[in-house]
Amino acid sequence: MSTPLQQGTPAVATARVAAEPGGRRRRRSSSRSAAAYGMVAPAAVLLLLFLVIPVLLAFGLSFTNARLISPEPPRLVGADNFVRAFTADPTFLRSVLNTALFALVVVPVQAGLGLVMALLVNQKLRGVTAYRVIFFVPVVTSIVVVSILWKFLYQGDGLINSVINSLTFGAWDGMAWLNSTATALPAIIVLSIWQAVGFHMIIWLSGLQTIPEELYEAARMDGATPRQQFRNVTWPGLRPTMVFILVTITIAALGLFVQIDVMTQGGPVNATTTLVYHAVRRGYREQQVGYGAAISLIFFVLVLAVALVQRRLTRDKD
Amino acid sequence: MKRTRLARIVATATAGAAALAACGQAGQGTEGGGDGPAELTLWTHSAGNPAELEVYTQIIDDFNASQEDYRVVQESFPQAAYNDAIVAAAASGDLPCLLDMDGPIVPNWAWAGYIQPLGIDPAITDALLPTAVGEWDGEVYSAGYWDAALSIFARQSVLDANGIRVPTVEEPWTQDEFDAALTTLQGAGYATPLDIGAEDTGEWWPYAYSPMLQSAGGDLIDRETLQSAEGVLNGPEAVEFFTWFQSLFERGLTGNGGQVGNEEFNNDEVALSYTGVWNAQASLEAVGDDLLILPPPDLGTGPKIGGGSWQWGISSSCGQLEGAQAYLEFSFATEYITQFSDNQIVIPATEEAEAASANFAEGAPLRPFVDLTPFAVLRPPTPAYAVISSTFERAAKDIMSGADVPSTLDQAVLDIDADIAANDGYGS
Repeated sequence: MSTPLQQGTPAVATARVAAEPGGRRRRRSSSRSAAAYGMVAPAAVLLLLFLVIPVLLAFGLSFTNARLISPEPPRLVGADNFVRAFTADPTFLRSVLNTALFALVVVPVQAGLGLVMALLVNQKLRGVTAYRVIFFVPVVTSIVVVSILWKFLYQGDGLINSVINSLTFGAWDGMAWLNSTATALPAIIVLSIWQAVGFHMIIWLSGLQTIPEELYEAARMDGATPRQQFRNVTWPGLRPTMVFILVTITIAALGLFVQIDVMTQGGPVNATTTLVYHAVRRGYREQQVGYGAAISLIFFVLVLAVALVQRRLTRDKD
Repeated sequence: MKRTRLARIVATATAGAAALAACGQAGQGTEGGGDGPAELTLWTHSAGNPAELEVYTQIIDDFNASQEDYRVVQESFPQAAYNDAIVAAAASGDLPCLLDMDGPIVPNWAWAGYIQPLGIDPAITDALLPTAVGEWDGEVYSAGYWDAALSIFARQSVLDANGIRVPTVEEPWTQDEFDAALTTLQGAGYATPLDIGAEDTGEWWPYAYSPMLQSAGGDLIDRETLQSAEGVLNGPEAVEFFTWFQSLFERGLTGNGGQVGNEEFNNDEVALSYTGVWNAQASLEAVGDDLLILPPPDLGTGPKIGGGSWQWGISSSCGQLEGAQAYLEFSFATEYITQFSDNQIVIPATEEAEAASANFAEGAPLRPFVDLTPFAVLRPPTPAYAVISSTFERAAKDIMSGADVPSTLDQAVLDIDADIAANDGYGS
């Protein structure tokens, strides 16, 4: 009996091997390649239209003073927009900091919490499916709706303050969580984790279920404690899942926007402004498309750098 | 060989893009053609506002029935999505012939060349409230049927019980009097005596609070040159005003909790409410004769309120200019202006309609709003307004939340001036 985990690698290898003779054959039969291109075309067109062209446009616009609405043609201004971002726009620098803080907290906490929840709902208990559904419900709820609801929860006389008030027997006066520079970003972090953790729980769960029961059986026969089983069987078996989760959470966390837009608009005193929010505010609401494009480009480079570092780190251990 | 394949992919992609673009253009062909009446498209922001929409539908039906050359077709958008729809349409050259827009946007669009001078009978625009007419570079670009006004709502009984003088248009509260009144009311059991509306977002902030700044002697931008906010938005008067503004929140005299709207006042949870004419009917029903509609306090240079509401303009790409002008001239009949005012509870833009209106005629319950219209100040007529508006909102909110006043205002000035400089002074 081969294990599902090991199947992963041979399957990939087979695909690679199969691809090579396929490539040679393709040169001979052009009708088959035409069909292949035809099938790729819809995706390629969409990607080109909505990804490649906008990225190239943004790259070009970021060196101009283009406006959303203007009778004047855009003029090349060199690196002015980038200089402005780093020297004359403290909100931009604060956005970088907030985005980094958000990602630094959310990535490990959300991944860890997701794993704990996945371990809990992976047990063979009655009604465990109900828990899986409950944990997953926030994921399928629109983030706009979630943000509006949590905005009410966080109010001075909202549910969260009432609960704390009851638990402390009236010792808690209540505070408007989103109104204070100290608590606004943490409040958004909590809500964001609550909303998205169910998705990563499901991914962890799928990872857990690829680990064959025989390995646990063998471990138990060797007298391994549950903790040792986790460290030596579960964790190594989850490695590909872990890499996937790390990358997806990081990218989602760096793109934080909707919660900010709905709940705080970057305030109070820039405590919650993020890079994407700032780019939208400058580029669209204030119509400074050129400057907004420059911010997006900086964001793109930062995300690329983070992704490359992550790839490098996760690959080295192989 | 590889290159041809690549070329084919690019060709396919381009064809796809062209097809998609063609779909985008398909909705455009409404401007005439054929033998029947020429069609004019009209966009309003009034979807979800049946009272307003009803009047538009009637005007359009009457206009279409009154002549045979043109047919106006109405499309309505919800207000929240309206500006986005317009900007997108403008950017892609898809603007309708007739469109309504918020007053402060008019100079921006006129400068951008998206709308053209109205060119309707000047007798019509001259008769309107000055704040109901949008101008740029000496030309009239837009005109509206009404304007709104801000005031302070209070209860006569509450002011009397606390020995607070009832202010008048001739003698409004001074800053000290207003401050003392709020402190007294807080002592009288109103936890936050003033609902200033700070829970709202967006254009409300410059609309509501920049008049206060102007009353104190500051402004959003130097009105002479429209080139810089230096010394105006961060001058000593502005710093003093915002320090007081911040202290209102710090001392709990006002807050940014609660719901947008005037429920807190109607339920007697707050004693004073700084709000607009659009909330007056509900308050009148809730409070009755006890309701006072008071001028905002004089913070130094007399009371000021915001002016400039939704107005109508004609897009530059309009192929039926004469039809659009005919429609607008038709629509500014006293009958329709009165109906807008009665349906929506807004101040009619002409004296005739004022006299005919149910709420704003001499002696009518909402008449005090008309007496406030001379205090109305337009938001600065410059294409930089989009940036000014967003920057002011951010700065004022930060100050409300406790940010350092002088440095926040200095940064706001830097942001505004940077935008103006990046656009070579917006051609002026």
